[in-house]
Formats: sequence, C-alpha cells, structure tokens
Amino acid sequence: MSVLSTPAPAPSAAARERSPFEEALRRLVRRRGAMIGLAVVVFFIAIAVFAPYVAPYDPTATSWLAVRKPPTWEHPFGTDEVGRDVLSRVIYGARASLSAGLVSVALAVAIGLPLGMIAGYAGGFIEAALMRLTDAMLAIPFLILAIALAAFLGPTLTNAMIAIGLSATTIFIRLTRAQVQSVKVEEYVEAARAAGATPLRIVLRHILPNILPAILVQATLTIAAAIIAEASLSFLGLGQQPPDPSWGSMLNTAKNFLSQAPWMAIWPGLSIFLAVLSFNLLGDGLRDALDPRHRN
Amino acid sequence: MTDITSRPPLLEVRDLAVEFADADSVVHAVNGVSYTLREGETLGIVGESGSGKSVHVLAMLRLIPMPPGRLAGGQVLFEGRDLLTLSDPELRKIRGGSIGFVFQDPMSSLNPSMTVGRQIMEPLMLHLGMGAEAARKRAIELMDMVRLPDAARRIDQYPHEFSGGQRQRIMIAIGLSCRPKLLIADEATTALDVTVQADVIELVKELKREIGMAVIWITHDLGVVAGIADTVQVMYAGRVMERGPVDDVFRDPRSAYTLGLLRSLPDLTAPAGQRRRLTQIDGAPPDMRFPPPGDPFAPRNRYATPRCLTERPPLEQAPGAAPGHLAAAWYDLPSVLAAEALS
Repeated sequence: MSVLSTPAPAPSAAARERSPFEEALRRLVRRRGAMIGLAVVVFFIAIAVFAPYVAPYDPTATSWLAVRKPPTWEHPFGTDEVGRDVLSRVIYGARASLSAGLVSVALAVAIGLPLGMIAGYAGGFIEAALMRLTDAMLAIPFLILAIALAAFLGPTLTNAMIAIGLSATTIFIRLTRAQVQSVKVEEYVEAARAAGATPLRIVLRHILPNILPAILVQATLTIAAAIIAEASLSFLGLGQQPPDPSWGSMLNTAKNFLSQAPWMAIWPGLSIFLAVLSFNLLGDGLRDALDPRHRN
Repeated sequence: MTDITSRPPLLEVRDLAVEFADADSVVHAVNGVSYTLREGETLGIVGESGSGKSVHVLAMLRLIPMPPGRLAGGQVLFEGRDLLTLSDPELRKIRGGSIGFVFQDPMSSLNPSMTVGRQIMEPLMLHLGMGAEAARKRAIELMDMVRLPDAARRIDQYPHEFSGGQRQRIMIAIGLSCRPKLLIADEATTALDVTVQADVIELVKELKREIGMAVIWITHDLGVVAGIADTVQVMYAGRVMERGPVDDVFRDPRSAYTLGLLRSLPDLTAPAGQRRRLTQIDGAPPDMRFPPPGDPFAPRNRYATPRCLTERPPLEQAPGAAPGHLAAAWYDLPSVLAAEALS
C-alpha cells in the first residue's frame, strides 16, 4: 500500500508549531479595545506598585494651610478637607482597589474552582448539596452579601477582600461545574478513561486545561466587579479605614463637599471608572480571543 | 489454526445485559449477548444505530455512564478474569493496557489542549511505568509505525494541526501503545473518507500481523467487515442475530436481518443492466423500552412465522452452514428463499 506513506495535506505554515494558547494570544493582541484595557490596567498596577516613588506627597500628611484647594501646579488634583494631596491619595488608593480586586477574585477562584470541579465531575449528592448552597447564596445580590459579610467580619480592608471573595465564589462554582459538565462528556475524556487514566488525572490533565479559558475570562470580569464592591464597602466605611486612602472612602468624604470641592470626588471617581472599564475591556477581549465561536 | 482453537479464549462474554434507566422507563440496550474471541481473531460487529454494538463493548470496560446505565447481568471474562466485578484500579490497568480502544470520531477524541505526543505518552507512562524520555522515544516509534511522516517534529504539535486521517492514526497509535492483546475499534473509520478508510484498515491488518492482537471492529459498514474480519457478528435490538465466518455469513445468510443488510448494498460487480434494485428494510427498530417477546426483527420480517412473534429463537448452529455459523431464527432462510424463487 504505497498510499499509506503519502503525507496528508500539511497544515498551513501559519498554524504550525503554535499552541492553542499562543493562537489565542495572537487574537487578543489584534483587538484594540482589549489592548487599551490592558495598557490602563498595567498603568494602574504600575502606579500602585511604585506608589512611594510616583506620589508627590505623603498621602496621609495633612496641612491646614492647604484645605480644599482646587488643582494647582503644586497639587495637580487639588487637596482635600484636611489639606492632603488628592493626587497622592489617588495613587495610594490604587493599591487598595487593585489588591482588593485581585486578592478577592483569587480567593473566589481558589475556593470556587475545586468545588465546581468536584460538583461537575462527581455529580450525585455532592453536586446537589453544593448547588443548593450556591443557589441560596446567589439569591442574595452580590453587593448585599458582601456588605453583610464585611459588617459581620469587621471593617478592615482585609475583611472586605474576604467578604467580596466569598460573595464572588458562587459564580465560579457554577461556571466551573457547567464547564466540567460540558467537557467531561467530550470523547477525548472518554478516550482518556478508556486509556486507563485515574479520575484525578482526568480532571487535572484533561478537563482543567480545557475549562481554564472560561474561568480566566470570568475572573477578569469579576475583578472589575470586585473593584466596585471594594469602593462601595469603603464608601460605606466597611473597607479601608481612615486615614489610609481608598477610592471608595475618598468618595465618601468628597460627597460632603461636592459643590465646594468637586475635584475631591472627580479624581477617585474617574479612577474607579477607568479601572473598571479597562478590566471589562480586557475581559471582553479575552472572551472573544478564547471563544472558538468568535474566531475569525 | 488448531493450536489457537485449543487454547482458552481471550475474551468470553456471557449473557451480558445493559440497561439505561430514567425516572419512568428502562431501555434494554443489550439483552443477553454471549460470544467468545480467540487470541489473534478479528471479530467484526455490525448493526444499525441503537443495536447495542457500541454500548456492549463500552459496558465490558465499564465505560458507560452509570447511572443512568446499569449492568443488568452477565460476565465478561478477559483472560479468565471478570471485568464486570474487577476493582477500579485493576480495571484501569486493563483499560489502555491489555485492551486498547480506538474511538469513532478522530476530530473529537483527542484533547485539543495537549500535544499529540503527550497523549501518546500518557498510557505508556501510566501502564508501562516508562519515564518521560523513554515514553517520548516510544511515542515517536509509534507515530512512525502508524506512518505519520516526520514524527520527531510533529510529536510536539496539537491535534488541530493534523488532518482527520492523521488523527485517526494517532488514535490508533494510542490504542496500540501498550501492545494490547485486544484492540477495540468503535466505528474507527466511519468519520473518514473511503480512501483514508482503506489506508487505516490496511494499517490495522498489518499491525495485527506484527503484534498478533485480537481485534473487535465495530461498524455499520459491511464492506469494512468483509475487508478486515475473520468472524462477523450481526446485532439487532441488543441481541446477536447471526454470527459466523465472514465468507459463510455473507454467502449464505441465515437471519432475515443479515439478508436485509446485504441486499441494501449495491452490487457493483454485476454487469450494467443486470444490477438489481436496492432493497430497504421496512419499518423501524423496536422501542427498547418495551422489547418484543419474540424475535425482535419479526415485525419487519416478511419471512417471519407466527412463532417468531411470540417465542424468542436461541442462537444456534445453522443447519447445513459452516461449523461455527450460528443464527437466531425459527425459519430456515435458504428454504424460504428457494420457495420464494419458485413462486
């Protein structure tokens, strides 16, 4: 049979030697919105990390000589009701917002992903119990649940992160379970079982890599929601405590001086807006890049 | 040949029954299937969708989802051990080890997020305890063996970079990786176009000669069975209707269902103008929630006798046929056909 040695048509040169991950990355880079989002996210992370070097003043240093001064060259974003530099506080506030967004979502994924995989793969009683629990939690609006948990845990930034993380966990349990359920009936999972793979190996090597894209997209979008939640909690006094700055707590103070000193509200508000918008743009871009149905 | 037949069978299926239950009904998918497979034998199993041909092999390795699936009875002795009662770890050693599996759809049976190399290496490391380096070397050999060109380079590619026929070869390489004693191919060539299908069949025949394994080849394509199998087994409604040496069954079918399948194939060897019209099998298979009491094919069979509708025929040696040619029928098909030709 000479036919046997005939090579089948080779895949196009462009598709050669490239993993699905690299393919997705290429598609992501081509999306302008996602790239702008990524740039702003990176910018915020940079100023949060290097806050001590980029902030012109100590964010907690008060000055009775500069109370509620409008923006000047000396204080580009103006000063607040006790004479603190708003620019420096916005820069340091990025630390609270971003770390709250990242840490709470990391917590939510760390708890939600394993539970969702167990529920999705095992099924039966374990699944029923976990799903009724998440149903009950999902019946309470995300922010209300976070506020209740934060009030219960006590008002610190760490507790706010825990509260937001726990409230967001249900989303990841549900998403992971649904993803596992759709992937576990794929033929390659059956093939892995027929090849003698253990359940743990099937879940970790064959199912997990194929559901990660969806989890990643959801995580990025949830970071945006978590930033808003942190700002809300801090606005209500349940997050970052004075005098340490957070965008939410800055807005809380600023609301008392809206007509006299609008700059106190504009800059932290704009920062929240930009950070949330960028994470959403990045998340949407990731979804399009990773979803096979959106491939061009 | 004699020394093969005198040895104990490699696989012995005894009265295997599989059911799928939901809240208010039970589907009797496989109803008392029994057969034996000798070492090195190739068994072709044919039947239409829902005949239980795939389900019963999946059930043998407990690969059907349970629940809703349920093993309702029987034994599956592989080298003397009952696969249905084996512990999970013991069974996992057999799956992919002494029994290799090749699945139907090469497009969906490979993990899209793993390189093909790692997928071929997986059973080697799992069953033979090979290290990564040895497994990789062996995987390249296996890719060479199934004639994938440029294996050393392509081993690090992902499934989407291969064509359908190439992926099926990768599946076969995975199925053969641990030199199984039995290879089960479930519709392994159905998704492929005919030329590639011919290549794959030729490849399996060659590898079979090399490794000396037994093969169960499940298909609904009688042509494929004729090309590859020693023995053919025709299944319908979760039962074996007829079984025997391929040539004998095809030349001298004893079940009206087998005859119907054969008559639905075009005969391209007859000279033009003398070719007969293709016949179809009228009706639909029985609803397996309510299996008929008699011969399950009787309602669609114009040769059926009254007895066929009420009493189930046993699978027995067909009178006057080659030894080992069994059929489950109350009617004697050759005499019925002869009478029909006369009238």
